[in-house]
Amino acid sequence: MSDAPTYFRQNHLLGIEPLHPLEITEILDLADSYVELNRQTQKHADALAGLTQINMFFENSTRTQASFELAGKRLGADVMNMAMQASSIKKGETLIDTAMTLNAMHPDLLVVRHPHSGAVDLLSQKVNCAVLNAGDGKHEHPTQALLDALTIRRAKGRLHRLNIAICGDIAHSRVARSNLILLGKMENRIRLIGPPTLVPGHFAEFGAEIYDDMHEGLKDVDVVMMLRLQKERMDGGFIPSEREYYHRFGLDADKLAQAKPDAIVMHPGPMNRGVEIDGTIADDINRSVIQEQVEMGVAVRMAAMDLLARNLRSRRQGEAA
Amino acid sequence: MTLLFTNARLINPDAGTDALGHLLVQDGAIVSVLDEKDALPSADRVIDCGGKCLAPGIVDIGVKVCEPGERHKESYKSAGLAAAAGGVTTIVTRPDTLPAIDTPETLEFVTRRAQADAPINVVSMAALTKGREGREMVEIGFMLDAGAVAFSDCDKVVQNAKVFSRALTYAKSCGALVIAHPQEPVLSAGAAATSGKFATLRGLPAVSPMAERMGLDRDIALLEMTGAKYHADQITTARALPALERAKKNGLDITAGTSIHHLTLNELDVADYRTFFKVKPPLRSEEDRLAVVDAVRRGVIDIISSMHTPQDEESKRLPFEEAASGAVALETLLPAALRLYHADLLDLPTLFRAMSLNPAKRLGLSGGRLEAGAPADLVLFDVDVPFVLDRFKLRSKSQNTPYDTQRMQGRVLATFVAGECVFER
Repeated sequence: MSDAPTYFRQNHLLGIEPLHPLEITEILDLADSYVELNRQTQKHADALAGLTQINMFFENSTRTQASFELAGKRLGADVMNMAMQASSIKKGETLIDTAMTLNAMHPDLLVVRHPHSGAVDLLSQKVNCAVLNAGDGKHEHPTQALLDALTIRRAKGRLHRLNIAICGDIAHSRVARSNLILLGKMENRIRLIGPPTLVPGHFAEFGAEIYDDMHEGLKDVDVVMMLRLQKERMDGGFIPSEREYYHRFGLDADKLAQAKPDAIVMHPGPMNRGVEIDGTIADDINRSVIQEQVEMGVAVRMAAMDLLARNLRSRRQGEAA
Repeated sequence: MTLLFTNARLINPDAGTDALGHLLVQDGAIVSVLDEKDALPSADRVIDCGGKCLAPGIVDIGVKVCEPGERHKESYKSAGLAAAAGGVTTIVTRPDTLPAIDTPETLEFVTRRAQADAPINVVSMAALTKGREGREMVEIGFMLDAGAVAFSDCDKVVQNAKVFSRALTYAKSCGALVIAHPQEPVLSAGAAATSGKFATLRGLPAVSPMAERMGLDRDIALLEMTGAKYHADQITTARALPALERAKKNGLDITAGTSIHHLTLNELDVADYRTFFKVKPPLRSEEDRLAVVDAVRRGVIDIISSMHTPQDEESKRLPFEEAASGAVALETLLPAALRLYHADLLDLPTLFRAMSLNPAKRLGLSGGRLEAGAPADLVLFDVDVPFVLDRFKLRSKSQNTPYDTQRMQGRVLATFVAGECVFER
């Protein structure tokens, strides 16, 4: 059995906010080793052997769910997927009752995505296993921020004192919040770029600089993070039209030329080509690290579940003793 | 039958005094208020208050009793016991029940229920529009005859200005008081928090505090138009205060209230999505809270209410956005208000002016005063005794209080309604 984590003290991974920079670094260091494992033909490890992982997605997801599933399986966990939007909620069951039902099946890792902020937090209080937040409302999406951090660290060789621009629909984005918190904790300079309807001024209180002009905002940045324009979240009326949005805020070669020559381009996916990002930039292997992000996603989730499982085991041993 | 309270620290909100003295009650009414040095008259029964505070009982506007419709959340009996234990001698009930209290028949039903079950005074508000839907006004005249003391759609804003202006005009002709919830309804739709750093961090749907001022501005314009008698149920933001002050200065018949929660808690108390802190309007910033406390001190805000809103556990054990709004507060109103006293923000006469005298005056009730002729609705309390609140000991059927496990200072020793003791600790 693996050793107890050196710094990582969490029972759940509910967000980046509660993490200490050393805990973040420990996850990333371990993830680095899993990247190596994943690149081999024989990809199996046994860190989660014997454990049961349940993925509960109350909101549609293909990529994140697949990434968590693969991460669990590579580490030897028994993985079960539950498509929650199809089942009990429709029958009127409350979140807590659903959690209690699953809890009775003795899972060890619960991966949860929910459309409401704080729902995963609430659920974690009612179960006795490790809970991972796979995105709750507009609150946090910690594993996305961790995989972005790992991608940046591997591409840039460091995760501090970088100029990082996060562009687009910040207001509705849990990815932006988690990234803002994580990159802030690691002492980077962060710029938020987008139309003011999608970048509320309150974000300035987190120490970010706010721009509503892409050319100005991208000047000399090391990292350009694009966000998906979440059409399904739009009540309507945040932007006049997709084409005006693309003209003013879509990432194209002209705007990217403002950034440092070696700046990398990121996107959490799925992309809307021609809305927030030009297709040729997304495919440019010299600039875009979008495929690496997906790869890092599996490794980071393996690392996070590994560390949580170690704490879970020692907690249960402590209870038994 | 005469009753004499001796050695009491008398809190007289009308005179603004807080001094030792004695109080003589006969047949349910106050006969005389005596100075400390005055000779003690004889009485059938004497209560030595031992220097504890004696104040006019609280008149609480905007209490939700869940009859008809949701008696499992709160009944007239449980609300009455909670009120008595909290020093509240008159509750003014809200019409946002199921169905709404929008006909004289429903009003008569609740009046009967209240008389049978509640040990304290109960007066009722009626809905302003049928079903609180903001379309047609209720039978304001008949409802007044049936005992309604005010008309309100509670937290539902009458969105259609034409409907609202006509209801105000008609209410004015009947001399009826209209109580409204100042809020721009479209801007605040779906909001669970006040926009700002905290709501942004928690990713909660939020409303700008400006929505309250916009709602108030519209209502003030309609008051200028109609001259109606108006009370804003809760003013909770600094930005709304100048408009309120101006409207008063301009001679409009306007008063305003606020809730005890907005006076004693702020948005940060929500912390990790604690749904017992979800109220409507949402808790505000600390700057807003202090501005509202100061407005109570200056008399710009007239009335403090509990906005007692019982919710069962199921309505609160949900993700924050889905959880129901509201908090029970009848029993915690006075201890929470005393936080403002202990923090040197408000003195006791000011507190009781806002909790007892002003609400009674605004509704034309005889209580809320310490003077000869007023009903002997009184609360005797120890202003200093500390305790830790245990929500499961509350008398309400619902225990959704934000003050659970918090340290409080000051609690009720006894409550009297018309000279009868209805609660004693």
